Amino acid sequence: MSRRYTWRTFVLEVALIAFALLFMFPLYVLVVQAFKPPAAVAASPLGLPKQLYLANFSGAWSAAGLGPALLNSTIITTCSVALLVGLGSLAAFVLARRQSKLSAGLFLLFLLGIILPFQLALIPLYQLIKSLHLLGTYAAMVVFHVGTLLPLAIFLYVGFLRTTTRTYEEAALIDGANHLQTFAYVVFPLMRPITGTVIILSTIIVWNDFFTPLLYLSGSGRQTVPVAIYSFVGQYVSQWNLIFAGLIIGVAPILIAFFLLQRSVIQGFASGLKG
Amino acid sequence: MVDANVRHARAKRIFKRGAGRRAEVPWTFIAPALLLYLFIVIYPSLAGAIYAFTDWTALSQNVTFTGLANLKQLLSDAQARSALKNSLVIALFIPILQNGFGLLLALGLNTNVKSRYVLRTIFFAPAVLSPLIVSYLWQYIYNPFPDQGLNGLLGAVGLGVLRQDWLGNPSLSLGSIIATVVWQNMGVSMVIFLAGLQSIPKEFYEAAELDGAGASGRFRHITLPLLAPAITVNLVLTLIASLKLFDQVFAMTSGGPGYATETLSTVLFKQTFLFGRFGYGAMIALVLTVIVAIFAFIQLKVLRSREVSM
Repeated sequence: MSRRYTWRTFVLEVALIAFALLFMFPLYVLVVQAFKPPAAVAASPLGLPKQLYLANFSGAWSAAGLGPALLNSTIITTCSVALLVGLGSLAAFVLARRQSKLSAGLFLLFLLGIILPFQLALIPLYQLIKSLHLLGTYAAMVVFHVGTLLPLAIFLYVGFLRTTTRTYEEAALIDGANHLQTFAYVVFPLMRPITGTVIILSTIIVWNDFFTPLLYLSGSGRQTVPVAIYSFVGQYVSQWNLIFAGLIIGVAPILIAFFLLQRSVIQGFASGLKG
Repeated sequence: MVDANVRHARAKRIFKRGAGRRAEVPWTFIAPALLLYLFIVIYPSLAGAIYAFTDWTALSQNVTFTGLANLKQLLSDAQARSALKNSLVIALFIPILQNGFGLLLALGLNTNVKSRYVLRTIFFAPAVLSPLIVSYLWQYIYNPFPDQGLNGLLGAVGLGVLRQDWLGNPSLSLGSIIATVVWQNMGVSMVIFLAGLQSIPKEFYEAAELDGAGASGRFRHITLPLLAPAITVNLVLTLIASLKLFDQVFAMTSGGPGYATETLSTVLFKQTFLFGRFGYGAMIALVLTVIVAIFAFIQLKVLRSREVSM
């Protein structure tokens, strides 16, 4: 609020900073331990590393197969998010613009997916994907992610479209554009802010998903980063210097993206989830 | 001027009537999304709900309906009962703690403290990380050695008496997992509350101050009521997520020690994929679904009725 900086504000600031330091303690441990040789990890568990021991990172990189895993995660995330944005925005255009009972009913059917735990669909879906010979493929992951995230995307897009004016669409239609052209050249560009939110939320969800790739990709050699980390930690039990280096590589891409785009990411969470 | 407006309105009416059908967005646009959604979510969920009443296993040749046998078993099985209880405990404490911390941080950062932007970034950052990776980090933080992780920190600040085997002690392990989830996600609640706080007009506070309302009065009569929509969203989101909790438990304790941290999701996973008991696993999933639906419905009803419009 627009008040002056008083001694109360100062006390609050000190308290918040103290809490933030305590809050960052696990991250501090993660970083210092990842740069220590094995002996120093146990010898001085909380101290700063004497010198930067980088062998942990190269060791973890090859032992956990993080190179291929990063590539797999990137392919799956990019395809899922692109398809989600395309299908979700197009579907939302219908749901937001048609005023019929059917339209309202379909919107509710999609919203149901937000609370429906995916565990209920787990076994039949596994059977379905197996019978289509899609186990272990990128396609299985992409259709799964798009299907389960459509409710969120449609919820966000419909909410946004209902508050935007139809004037431009009507103008485009009068000028002779068909609906698909109107959508592609007028409506979709207008939805850019909410598309940003959909991309941010779904990228984080897809990239970090562990359960689905564990199930659908196991043994395929197409494992994603969380699954690679899972098998790596299982193999190198208690070699914390290596594990921590692997964890850092595992979170680095998304953390770097977050720091570069932090304003949009925080905005996306705040406005998107607020509904 | 008036004349032009009238004419414009008339033209608009005529356009609407004349354009009629042509102006409607075609249903075909929704077809790809709808088909995929029916195929990936609705059909398998319905099938799962039906399998919940069968004796289907990985080995069975034919599947027969067994009525409520799976449900009876769930209610008499020590592992599943422990999971049910733990899931409910988690669904009670995570929403309260995560949103409590989130609200306090939002109130603290919605002031003119100089470091507010940096602090907002710090508190939010864990939310973008993989829950599995965060859990492995915390598994180390919680390790029982007296000089490492949390125990080491407690020793360093002279609170050595509080050292514990955080995950190995069955009466602490569930709380330790809850703390990890709260740590990772309090930033999400914080930014939703911050957005809510920033949408409250400053004039409301100025007017209340002129009328002699104190800080606590302003909080009770302005902040809380106007924050109600943010509270609803936060509580519903955290409740749904905490009932489904899986990754953190799987990584830190796999449900142990004993059944101390088993959740509906972990038992479901074990019964289905380790023991091949598909029908029973489906019943656990169905119970989870019903609980989520009931809780989400009650919360929305109760909380929406408390919301006020500006």
